[in-house]
Amino acid sequence: MLRESLLMKIDELSRAYGEERDAVLPVLQGLQREFGYLGPEVVNEVARKFELSQTEVFSVASFYHFLNTKRRGRFVIRICRTISCALKDKEKVQHALEAELGIKMGETTGDGKYTLDYANCMGMCDQGPSMMVNDDLFAGLTPSKAVDIVRGYR
Amino acid sequence: MARKIDLVFSDLEPGLALKKALAMKPEALIDTIKESKLRGRGGAGFSTGMKWEAARRSAAGKEACFICNADEGEPGTFKDKRILELQTSKVIEGMVIGARAVGATRGFIYLRGEYNYLKPSILAKLAELEKLGLLGKAICGEKDFCFDLELRLGSGAYVCGEETALIESLESRRGEPRNKPPFPTDHGFLGMPTVVNNVETLAFIPHIVLHGGEWFQEFGTKASAGSKLFSVSGDCAKPGIYEFEYGITIRQLLREVEADADTKAVQIGGASGFCASADDFDKAIAFEGIPTGGSIIVFNQSRSMFKVLKNFVEFFQEESCGQCTPCREGCSRMLEGILKFEEGKGNSKTITDLLELAETMSLASKCGFGQSVPNSFRTIVSKFRDEILSA
Repeated sequence: MLRESLLMKIDELSRAYGEERDAVLPVLQGLQREFGYLGPEVVNEVARKFELSQTEVFSVASFYHFLNTKRRGRFVIRICRTISCALKDKEKVQHALEAELGIKMGETTGDGKYTLDYANCMGMCDQGPSMMVNDDLFAGLTPSKAVDIVRGYR
Repeated sequence: MARKIDLVFSDLEPGLALKKALAMKPEALIDTIKESKLRGRGGAGFSTGMKWEAARRSAAGKEACFICNADEGEPGTFKDKRILELQTSKVIEGMVIGARAVGATRGFIYLRGEYNYLKPSILAKLAELEKLGLLGKAICGEKDFCFDLELRLGSGAYVCGEETALIESLESRRGEPRNKPPFPTDHGFLGMPTVVNNVETLAFIPHIVLHGGEWFQEFGTKASAGSKLFSVSGDCAKPGIYEFEYGITIRQLLREVEADADTKAVQIGGASGFCASADDFDKAIAFEGIPTGGSIIVFNQSRSMFKVLKNFVEFFQEESCGQCTPCREGCSRMLEGILKFEEGKGNSKTITDLLELAETMSLASKCGFGQSVPNSFRTIVSKFRDEILSA
């Protein structure tokens, strides 16, 4: 990414959320949405903007499951691993997606498009199994529904 | 028989309760909530009126903060999501009334990242209420009553449902719980006196203001006033959200949700809750009985309780914030111990050792997370020891 576009985005976000210390997390969330992950250059520039150490910003970015400090796929697919979804054959959905994408849980496809991962309860327990693709939530999955949904992201 | 109730999802005219609240002195408002005996619906069950009173006392002249905890993350819980979908303005009105009572001028809705898709509708509702003069500056025409409410999102961390971790997260720090005391009502968001209330708790506030504290006690039991939402999933014909008065027995609830005839166990309160077996089904769900934030997961005879336990411990191991040793190490050692049974290396001594570890965790962990990890472990191991030993 260009340093210039990064700085512009940081300015835009801090105009929306403020320049106080408590705006760091929403700014990081916005940067992740824009750039896909929070690499060292993002962390460094946020630290500079908020006059914090890089370590401090990294410690925040690395704490949260939904913030990535390493590059991941453009579409992060998270399958709910909570027991209610497990009771509704979540494993079949998982196996179908692993076979479809040719990767295992935690991995990213070679073209950098898809990452497969778990998430904990998404609050769709009465309609499981469920998954998220980036911010979008899907429930009532079958293996074929899940595969079709994922293939819809290109 | 406990009655089925329809309060939380019933419609109220926006602003009606708020206008009544504004006609009352803040102290009288707090007295009404105290009189109702409303207790927090998120799981901990602290008296809402007492929390407000403590915040008001320490606020005196200082800026105070009022937070809605919408970080519903307990496995098996989905009621707050539905409330925020269907009754957004009622929850916000509950917050504005609370802000009035404690003297808060700033507020947040802390919504879990998984519910990001609710963001547009919540933002639209905030704008709408502000336009109606029910939020923001000069609320209901009272020029000195302002309450700025902001929506903030979590980023996938279960522990942020713990109120002090939530506050840390709102301050854009790692979601690591604080030591208590000082309690948030004295020292919360940026040091301000702060109230953190659950979505469901807030949804009751307008009703209590309109009908009075005594009215609320018509529902439920002596120690647990009012009704409770249950999020039901697992082996039953009618999963979903139910509202019943406190005191409902597990058996009645199972009947209502048409649980499988061969129900073996019910997990009450999610991963951090308790596992009930057939011997417990006549027990009541209430603060004085089996307490819960509302997660109900039903298991029939075909389910392996070992797998259920393993699922819960994996969850805790992943979600422990890692700040204090008993919880960080305890969760990892507990998972290690449980996996031994799968490898054929677990025996009765393993169980005894893990129970000892559980005791240490519940005594020495810094926050409610580590302290409640042992709940499901202890109850599943004691009720389904055969299944664990033969896993």
